[in-house]
Amino acid sequence: MLGQGTEGSLFVDVAFWMLAISSIVAAVAVVQMQNLFRAALFLIVSFLAVAGMFVLLRAEFLAAVQVLIYVGAISVLIIFAILMTGEVERGSVAHTMRIPVAILAALFGAAAIFVAVNTNWLVLDTVLQNGSLSAATTNQIEKVFSNTIPWIGRLLVQDFVLAFEVASVVLLAAIIGALALIRER
Amino acid sequence: MSLENFLIVSAILFSIGLYGALSKRNAIAVLMSVELMFNAVNLAAVAFSRYTVPATLANTGSRASDIAQSLLTGQIFAIFIITIAAAEVALGLAIVIAIYRSRSTVFVTDAAQMKK
Repeated sequence: MLGQGTEGSLFVDVAFWMLAISSIVAAVAVVQMQNLFRAALFLIVSFLAVAGMFVLLRAEFLAAVQVLIYVGAISVLIIFAILMTGEVERGSVAHTMRIPVAILAALFGAAAIFVAVNTNWLVLDTVLQNGSLSAATTNQIEKVFSNTIPWIGRLLVQDFVLAFEVASVVLLAAIIGALALIRER
Repeated sequence: MSLENFLIVSAILFSIGLYGALSKRNAIAVLMSVELMFNAVNLAAVAFSRYTVPATLANTGSRASDIAQSLLTGQIFAIFIITIAAAEVALGLAIVIAIYRSRSTVFVTDAAQMKK
């Protein structure tokens, strides 16, 4: 079966629970910290924990992208904005609708967890085990997941080439928009 | 550890982000919560890409590129979500700084000129 020897081992389970708990605790700290700068630092912890979970999910490329873009770029941008606007100390106060919003978010989370647990997902590992796929297909699946990066590159410039080009136009528009917004007049 | 574990973590992260995005007055805190929500969605997309089988997989044949397309689409979605998140945070922070320059506030409740 897929990834025999690593998946399902004790080490992977322990790593998953540590990453899950640290990402959730850091996320709670992001919304609870009064000091906005510390909240931004906990945001980085949460991003790193999610990057670790990407590694567990065989998405090494995405883990690297997550570290480069979220931890490297977006966090720095957010910290610069916090320091430029100078609202660090009284930073992140909640407004009066806090309790109803918390109830709404909790209800949404409960509904999402209910759906996730009660849906009968068609999981790849069980399909591989019960042998309904041909041997050639199983081999190809193994090959794709053993190194996903060349396949992702091929998909980006073949099947998703339109979205790929549109994404670059969106980024260009964002650069021009951001420059136009903060230009001194 | 299975698909459900990842989906539960993703749902919890998303609800924390939802709470933060709706309850904070500081626009930068709202943006940070939105980033948490983006991350939760990415985690769910990659978990689906790793664990679930598309209904088409049984009759795609054994060409590696077709199999890669049906198995890795979730990761491609996550890449585009990260791209859009980067554009969104750059524009969002530019708007926050523009508002701070003209009105010396970053509170979303104070940026209410259009209500008048």
